[in-house]
Amino acid sequence: MSDAPFTHPPTGRPPDAIPMVEARSVHKAYGRLEVLQGIDMTVQRGEVLCLIGPSGSGKSTFLRCINHLEKIDGGELEVDGELVGYRQSGNRLYELKDREVCGKRAEIGMVFQRFNLFPHLSVRDNITSGPMWVKKAPSGPSRDRARQLLDRVGLADKVDAYPNQLSGGQQQRVAIARALAMDPKLMLFDEPTSALDPELVGDVLDVMRSLADEGMTMIVVTHEIGFAREVGDTVVFMDGGVVVEQGDPVQVLTDPQHERTRSFLAKVL
Amino acid sequence: MTIVPVRHPWRWATSVMVLVLVAMLVNTLLFSHVVRGGTREGRFQWAVVGHYLFAAPVLRGVVVTLELTVIAMVAGVLIGVVLAVMRLSPNRLLSGSAWLYIWFFRGTPVLVQLTFWYVGISYLYTHLTLGVPFGAALVTLNSTTLVTSFVAGALGLSLNEGAYMSEIVRAGIISVDDGQTEAAASLGMTKGLTMRRIVLPQAMRIIIPPTGNETISMLKTTSLVSVISGVDLFQATQNISSANYEVVPLLVVASIWYLFFTSVLTVGQFYVERYYARGASRALPPTPFQRFRQSLGHVRMRPAPALSEVPWVAPHE
Repeated sequence: MSDAPFTHPPTGRPPDAIPMVEARSVHKAYGRLEVLQGIDMTVQRGEVLCLIGPSGSGKSTFLRCINHLEKIDGGELEVDGELVGYRQSGNRLYELKDREVCGKRAEIGMVFQRFNLFPHLSVRDNITSGPMWVKKAPSGPSRDRARQLLDRVGLADKVDAYPNQLSGGQQQRVAIARALAMDPKLMLFDEPTSALDPELVGDVLDVMRSLADEGMTMIVVTHEIGFAREVGDTVVFMDGGVVVEQGDPVQVLTDPQHERTRSFLAKVL
Repeated sequence: MTIVPVRHPWRWATSVMVLVLVAMLVNTLLFSHVVRGGTREGRFQWAVVGHYLFAAPVLRGVVVTLELTVIAMVAGVLIGVVLAVMRLSPNRLLSGSAWLYIWFFRGTPVLVQLTFWYVGISYLYTHLTLGVPFGAALVTLNSTTLVTSFVAGALGLSLNEGAYMSEIVRAGIISVDDGQTEAAASLGMTKGLTMRRIVLPQAMRIIIPPTGNETISMLKTTSLVSVISGVDLFQATQNISSANYEVVPLLVVASIWYLFFTSVLTVGQFYVERYYARGASRALPPTPFQRFRQSLGHVRMRPAPALSEVPWVAPHE
């Protein structure tokens, strides 16, 4: 469905042989409701891809398929050259065990719309939970790392706070730090600023912008068109479970080729 | 301006009534006398109560009651967690068998179950065998020597409690937001790790108050083992009173012990709840001690009203 071919590698970065994410005709249905109707998408290493589109267009579902929070029903989805949820051997696909799926997820960071911090753990324990419980990292270095990451998202003084003592924007920055603590090769953002008060959005976007500047590969489902234009290397517009249009942010956002993209942008801008 | 506070005459009236009732209660408990068999003695015979409160048989009964309570609650919680996880499992065989267990043990009186374990097991199975199913036996034990009244009591109470605890644990687990499981999954946590480290600790806030309730209830339910010739606190006092006919004082002895332990459990529950409230509320509820200190501080730090606003104080010249 993608009329505009993926033409350019992310600016200033050489294209890599294996893309970070490669989707070919990905299908997903809930019962008779087809949420994804053949998604083709490629995300190169170091690329920031912003997914926009009306609610119910399948953006979040596609994002959740990438770390196997949802199982795809058809097509192929590869992360870092490996199939999501399956192991190929000969011409057979073996479904991965729970533990193997978890191993794959540990390499992909995810940030949720509703933050989903662990409310019974302090900010520090939220951040060290992944490294210490999943990777079995020793506590000393994990705690030092947590402090560094908090410093980086501008919350060094909140180490001992509990999540509900923080504002939404602060919680979301802790959530980003928690995901980064696992040293992910790919970060997924599922409408990270949609649940925030308008004046708190900026702090979160700043952190995401600095991540992008450091070359993190990111897929961002967002309604922040300004962020998509400024930070995104690629913008993908989805509607009704298909990719309607994708390409350079400035081109897609200012001179869309499709009527559906135009009418969507007219509403949100 | 003079501020006239609202008067509450009914508060005064009801307070007086309550005070009169309390005075009557204290009087009848401590000071009233009654003539029994030609002798005038204190109505509640506190001397007799005091004499038996720490008597060796009573203390042995206390130990049995506590042992049964602890065993039944620990086993009940463990069974409850396993059953709750089974009931929430997508595997229909697991969730179905958990449902069946709960259906059976909640659906029959615990008194019947206790009698069944004590009498029924030895009747149905004269020997209990440990070994390969349908195959060779490794250990064979005589039921009547194995299933003593204590074993039957502990077993019956545990299995029954497990059914109730499983529903409490299940309520706790489903109260935890799905987003928590997803966040844990996205960090690479396995289902077991997520349950142990993320879901159950949060479910504890929901689980603890009814579990405290269950523990207090269990402390008292253990008295049912008296029907299967278990000598718990209640049966110990019954044994004494059937020999000396001091029925009421020994009921008082039993009640004092039950009240003492339920009070201890109530205090314990407060602190356990407080521990699991971390992160759930912005400030932890104060302990009674802290509240006491706060109220002292409050009294001391309350700013004095300006004299002009206090009509009953003559202004200084």
